[in-house]
Amino acid sequence: MTTSRNSHAPPVGRADLDRRDFVKLGAAAGGGLFLGVRFASPGTLAAAPPMIDAVDATGFQPNAFVHVAETGDVSIWVGRSDMGQGVRTSLPMIVADEMDADWDRVTSVQADAHPRKYGRQMTVGSTSVRGGAWMPLRQAGAAAREMLVGAAAAAWAVPAGECRTENGHVIHTASGRRAGYGELANGAAAQPVPEEPKLKDPEEFNLIGTDVPYVDTDLKVTGRAGYGIDVRVPGMKFATVVKPTVLGGRLQSLDDSVARAVPGVQDVVRISSGVAVVADHTWAAFEGARALECTWTSDFSGSSAEISEHNAELLKGEGAIAVSDGDAAGAIASSATAIQAHYEVPYLAHATMEPMNCTAHVQSDRCELWAPTQNPQGAQSIAAELTGLDIERVTAHVTYLGCGWGRRSRTDFVEDAVETSMAVGGPVQVVWTREEDMRNDQYRPSSMVRFGGSVGEAGRLSALTARVAGPPLLVSPGGGRRGSGVDRNAVDGIVSMTYTIPNVHIDYCRSSIEVPTGYWRSVGPSGNTFMLEGFIDELAHAGGRDPLEFRLEMLDNHPRMKHVLEKAAEMADWASGPPAGRARGIGIVEDKGGIVAQIAEVSVTDGRVRVHRVWCAADCGQIIHPGIVDAQLVGSVVTGLTAALYGEITIDEGRVVQSNFHDYEMLRIDEMPEVEVHIVRNREAPGGAGEPGVPPIAPAVANALFALTGQRIRRLPIRLS
Amino acid sequence: MPSYSIRVNGETRTVEATETMPLLWVLRDLIGLTGTKYGCGRSQCGACTVHLDGEPVRSCRTRVAAVGDREVTTIEGLSPDGSHPVQKAWVAEEVPQCGYCQSGQLLAAAALLEQHPQPTDAQIDEAMAGNLCRCGTYQRVRRAIHRAAKEG
Repeated sequence: MTTSRNSHAPPVGRADLDRRDFVKLGAAAGGGLFLGVRFASPGTLAAAPPMIDAVDATGFQPNAFVHVAETGDVSIWVGRSDMGQGVRTSLPMIVADEMDADWDRVTSVQADAHPRKYGRQMTVGSTSVRGGAWMPLRQAGAAAREMLVGAAAAAWAVPAGECRTENGHVIHTASGRRAGYGELANGAAAQPVPEEPKLKDPEEFNLIGTDVPYVDTDLKVTGRAGYGIDVRVPGMKFATVVKPTVLGGRLQSLDDSVARAVPGVQDVVRISSGVAVVADHTWAAFEGARALECTWTSDFSGSSAEISEHNAELLKGEGAIAVSDGDAAGAIASSATAIQAHYEVPYLAHATMEPMNCTAHVQSDRCELWAPTQNPQGAQSIAAELTGLDIERVTAHVTYLGCGWGRRSRTDFVEDAVETSMAVGGPVQVVWTREEDMRNDQYRPSSMVRFGGSVGEAGRLSALTARVAGPPLLVSPGGGRRGSGVDRNAVDGIVSMTYTIPNVHIDYCRSSIEVPTGYWRSVGPSGNTFMLEGFIDELAHAGGRDPLEFRLEMLDNHPRMKHVLEKAAEMADWASGPPAGRARGIGIVEDKGGIVAQIAEVSVTDGRVRVHRVWCAADCGQIIHPGIVDAQLVGSVVTGLTAALYGEITIDEGRVVQSNFHDYEMLRIDEMPEVEVHIVRNREAPGGAGEPGVPPIAPAVANALFALTGQRIRRLPIRLS
Repeated sequence: MPSYSIRVNGETRTVEATETMPLLWVLRDLIGLTGTKYGCGRSQCGACTVHLDGEPVRSCRTRVAAVGDREVTTIEGLSPDGSHPVQKAWVAEEVPQCGYCQSGQLLAAAALLEQHPQPTDAQIDEAMAGNLCRCGTYQRVRRAIHRAAKEG
């Protein structure tokens, strides 16, 4: 069993690690072998970037460290943020496996933010493994192993090739001599850094692909896991921020006289995003916030109905072309079986269980942050910008995250804490109320798609058109990103469909609606897959085809997807059909490197949808930890089902209507379907696992409801008529 | 400001607080027991669940003045060393993902097992439906409760 801890003090000699890919600090740094590992340039998805370039290191970035202490304890730094997807367990497994480390002696250490050292720390897009960790971390472990072997071989005066490693020891096979990594650590530090450490054959993996115990479950079942909201700094004040009640609002007037009289309230300060109430404890801050009298003004006054009308109007025009293969319009015009349909999805809030918060201590010459952030480097750089300090004077610690979902990739909550700390001149924790959290989100965009399609000879899909109307990501009232042409995220999930269709035309109409938008678990496909897979089902029905066969015959060019869908159908025993009173539907997606098919079995009682069972087959390539992947897939079903059954943020006169879990509901345990997961095991490159399970469930349920009731669900959340 | 003496995890704690201050914030910000979590502030999510004399309550809507002489049990006091049957079952089933809601899930489950040592799925649904988990750990929560009932 290993433990997990947050790093609050930089390890000795870290600054030296910038010099080259692998830098040995060894005895000079207090004992032991200390390796830094560099990653390819930020954001690189390449499977195998060159790792070890001692001559010119400027093009490479460090991402993780291995430290072998003289005691034999191994520390492995985790550069990504853990929001429940288990990177504090899975990333160290990769290093430890290649090292042949004794897993019981490995400590997982959360890395602080650094502009370069850990590569890209932004934890989004299901990229923690596939986005750069896989090969570099393997190489880091393999290099450490070779140096430890080298040290043992030198000490024993035997060829290194005669030695093997096992569970934290080097063993000379012929003589049976063995030495622990701890006793070899200083000797290893004197070994040359291997240019090309030999990686294990995947058949030799002994940790990767196994269900080792998570490193931190004991912390999470005893209340000791430290989330952002749990940070306690000596002398710290507690604060909350009152934000505009209308999107894009600016403060027009403020009366804080009553708020200042609330027992425990210490101060009321203006910051960029609103008004911060600073107090002796969070409750006093919340009470003070309730007592503030603010008026706001905004140029934005839209409502949900107007937003839908705007998107519908855009669909009447032409869009920027995303895909144009063959002659879709011609094929549809000449087909006897042509249909069209409009689909729509609403705005969604992230509603992470832990509301937005951050703790900051700004001093004249330094700034320290404790943040539940998916974007440590963004937190660090925005703090440097706001304080005017050099970035190396800003320390950003990453806490546990009470859910992430993309929301914590933004830095607005960090800015609140930094500005409030600057205003009060001391350490302060800013915690948003649930209501402020829900009304000041960057929402999953609401969008609309007009589909057209035709079924040709032999009941095969001959043409598909899709016109998407909706905003791009990262817009905000009066500002944010605009751009032109096709927004990749807005069409993702439709453009990326895995079907082979002879004639396809997809275009995009850019909405100018200024409701703030952002990344939400699985991003584009979270809505687009619902719409696409619903329409595919309509086409199958129009052609009189079985929805499974209709899909499978369009997947001949995508054998992995075909296999996954066949597997899901086998699990569900699709051919036998559902029990009486129930029906089944299918949804599939390839998203963020993961390939997922889901079949849902539903019934309706007194107008209420009940999802009884879900069969989920997934191919995410090489698996690091099957139990974590299973948890991510089952959790993704809950995410997608929550959105399908309940999720909707509505806007009324520029205000977000919903405020808390009573009007933004979530799936609860009494509605939880029985989810059966099958994970395809192969040696393909690691894919994403945290997001691709989200998109298919909504269409699977909607298609099942059609099979059961004859009602097409073309808008989320699902409402039966 | 009024002063209140309450029993928390077997110890008497005296705090100065307004009578309307919720137990949640007394525990977290005055006493320093941060295992109990804030999620919604209106008894909708269950993240703040603690026991009062063994009964699960939402500490975000329990005023400190209403605690009286009842014993408060938080996640820190559920067992001295993480050995309560639900904690052991939670580890065995690897229930937590992000973990933020899990203190509340564990307190709710422990109270359920006191009342129903061998709960049915329907009893689990009823007892646990007030505890949201955004990560979607419900399937493992159910398995862990059954395991705790079996292994004790």
